Amino acid sequence: MNITLNHPLVKKSQSLIALFLLCLFISLLSDKFMTSTNLWNVLRQISVNVCISVGMTLVVLMAGIDLSVGSVLGLSAAVCAGVLKNGLVFESLDLFVGFTVLGAILTAMLIGMALGLFNGWVITKFAIPPFVATLAMLTIARGLTMLYTEGIPISNLGPKFEFIGSGWILGIPVPVWISLIMVLIVVFLTNKTTFGRYIYAIGGNEKAAFLSGISINKIKLAVYGIAGMMAAVGGILVTSRLNSAQPNAGMSYELDSIAAVVIGGTSLSGGVGTVTGTVIGAIIIGVLNNGLVLLDVSPFWQQVVKGIVILLAVIIDKMNQKNK
Amino acid sequence: MLEAVKISKEFPGVKVLNQVNFKFYPAKVNAILGENGAGKSTLLKILTGAYTEYDGEIKLYGETVRFSNIKEAQNAGIAIIHQELNLIPELSVTENLFLGREILNAFGLLDTAKMEAEAKTIFEKIQLNVSPRTLVQKLKVGEQQLVEIAKALLSNADIILMDEPTSALSDKEIENLHRIIEQLKSEGKTIVYISHKMDELFRIAEHYTVLRDGNTIDAGEMKATTEQDLIRKMVGREVLIEKKNTSTQFHSTVLKVQDLNLNNPVVKNRKILQDISFELKKGEILGIFGLMGAGRTELLETIFGMHHNNSESTIEINGVKAIHKQPKNAIENGLAFVTEDRKTEGLVLGMDISSNISLTQLASMGLLNNTKEKASARDYIEKLSIKTPSETQLCQNLSGGNQQKVVLAKWLATNPQILMMDEPTRGIDINAKNEIYNLIKILAANQMSILLVSSEIPEILALSDRILVMAEGKIKASYLAAEANEDKLLKSALPE
Repeated sequence: MNITLNHPLVKKSQSLIALFLLCLFISLLSDKFMTSTNLWNVLRQISVNVCISVGMTLVVLMAGIDLSVGSVLGLSAAVCAGVLKNGLVFESLDLFVGFTVLGAILTAMLIGMALGLFNGWVITKFAIPPFVATLAMLTIARGLTMLYTEGIPISNLGPKFEFIGSGWILGIPVPVWISLIMVLIVVFLTNKTTFGRYIYAIGGNEKAAFLSGISINKIKLAVYGIAGMMAAVGGILVTSRLNSAQPNAGMSYELDSIAAVVIGGTSLSGGVGTVTGTVIGAIIIGVLNNGLVLLDVSPFWQQVVKGIVILLAVIIDKMNQKNK
Repeated sequence: MLEAVKISKEFPGVKVLNQVNFKFYPAKVNAILGENGAGKSTLLKILTGAYTEYDGEIKLYGETVRFSNIKEAQNAGIAIIHQELNLIPELSVTENLFLGREILNAFGLLDTAKMEAEAKTIFEKIQLNVSPRTLVQKLKVGEQQLVEIAKALLSNADIILMDEPTSALSDKEIENLHRIIEQLKSEGKTIVYISHKMDELFRIAEHYTVLRDGNTIDAGEMKATTEQDLIRKMVGREVLIEKKNTSTQFHSTVLKVQDLNLNNPVVKNRKILQDISFELKKGEILGIFGLMGAGRTELLETIFGMHHNNSESTIEINGVKAIHKQPKNAIENGLAFVTEDRKTEGLVLGMDISSNISLTQLASMGLLNNTKEKASARDYIEKLSIKTPSETQLCQNLSGGNQQKVVLAKWLATNPQILMMDEPTRGIDINAKNEIYNLIKILAANQMSILLVSSEIPEILALSDRILVMAEGKIKASYLAAEANEDKLLKSALPE
């Protein structure tokens, strides 16, 4: 028993096995789980968290953390909906700028990136711990969202925009396509580019990386920028799905995202982990949420169960490291 | 009284202690001799309960003991004074002294008055003239060491282990320390004294044990042996490598450092490095010798661009002025820096050999070329004879000597014209050491210029064409290889 569990292949695919067992367990208890409607629904729901979490993975690989992703998602989603619906009015210039769907999306992504870059700037320029810097951004961005929306949802954004969240292409929901593309891009970045290598090196040993001639600050800036942009992509998906930007959209999403990263086997101390692991982590959380709903577990218990799963994941990870 | 029988300790891939035996005599100074990497520090860690997994037995007063943590060893009366002192600089002397065993009053609160009074008594005994309320950061190294000794006395330790206690002390401080050791001895305390310095050992020690490559080589009484004999036992032959006696003429200047100053980032108006100027010629090995705290490492770091905001200097490379704002600039100018601590500065331990080697040469943005990286890594594994199953082995699984070779490889791969090395052979075995010495000679013969920082005098004497001696952030002396010897280096290196 022990020998089989300690096999390297088993260890490597541990989270995948956990996911499989989880699916098996839920499908035994509920016959609604293994239906295509439900499964597509689950994938569609988790695509938001997947987008945020792959960005978060880069940050955590670098031994950082980004608590602001939920709020960044909220603000970029609100601006996206706002400019799409009302355009930009410059009264003094007597100028009105209208936005196409693509224009609104790009604006949202730029905003997300700008907020992320600001995080990175504060962290690198003033040597502020990422936890604190992004905690500040969490509040700032949420406040700005409330100011911008005046606390009222921006709704009815048109069928074209709605397609992003609700449409299907080749039998697969559009959000799943989008998150898949994001995952592929980031997997490519981490495995095939020097940028990715630098991220691992900085997370593994920042001083050694610095001494090797790596411009640590530039890499950090870029990574926080990407994390912000990924949150904005998540924001676009949420807004489009609901056909409405909620002022409190993305509230506490950072927690699910960090959970996905951790369950996926990325070490919070940096240097170790994979993007694909995070994707599996996000799916585990998504399936768990779905399963608990299907099984009629009260929302309060759902939170407890989710917390226990996170704990288990980290404890197992820690024990694996010790066995090394 | 304290005895070890057939102690063995293995780390993955390396056997650091191999059936080591020793016996310490009560109320005497027992010396442990051995080069870096001989296994001394591992042994100390076992004796003090820091390492709990080992084979063999430790006997205390004839009874087998096995400490499962540091506290247990302390309770058994064993105290250690580490080479790097373990005091908390922000706390006062008294607070440090009583850390973990604070005296409480009737209400369960800290009894500061009583602790300070006791601190005072104990300080008087060891002639340490500081107020019990002084912060440790205000003390000199020698004084801090006395605080450590006071701590050991306070815990009623009967056996006090001292690891290289004089490596950072001035003559006067050393004398004081020796006087205190004599006093402790007369009170029945047993001292275990680890040092490289032969003259010291002959002055104060009665018994010795020599370790080499994890084996007990010999043990006996100091008065029955000679310095030559001990050195031979430590290194396994008469001399490690021969001292360089030829003076080669070098012509073109590669690196010129002028008026280099480095400010202390914490204490204003204090300088870590002061008015340093020197030249390094093409193909020359320039040794930099100094005691701990002389500023050797900081000098290399400053040249490499690690303290740009805190330093002023004029650096010329091949006659062209160079400004190094960060290591990246220095690397672009043909510098390479093999840092002192391979674990915290040299390597990303969790990455494999090939990624570590390529780290210094990757273009700032672009795609990775796995095949090329691996081919280059295999090339260096062969050239430097790095012992590893493959280039995809994680660096954390390599032995110290092989890790050091990976660090060398990552810098050689940048094809530098100036190679700076900080203690390049610290803590690695003799074989790897010799290989690195040969490599350094070959590199210099191929016209690479080398700045070699080392605290091992034989190493400096054997490799350098010229030697600068540093003390207290200044260059105190400069010798050509032919005119240098151990006495001269040590004399110039001692702080005034």
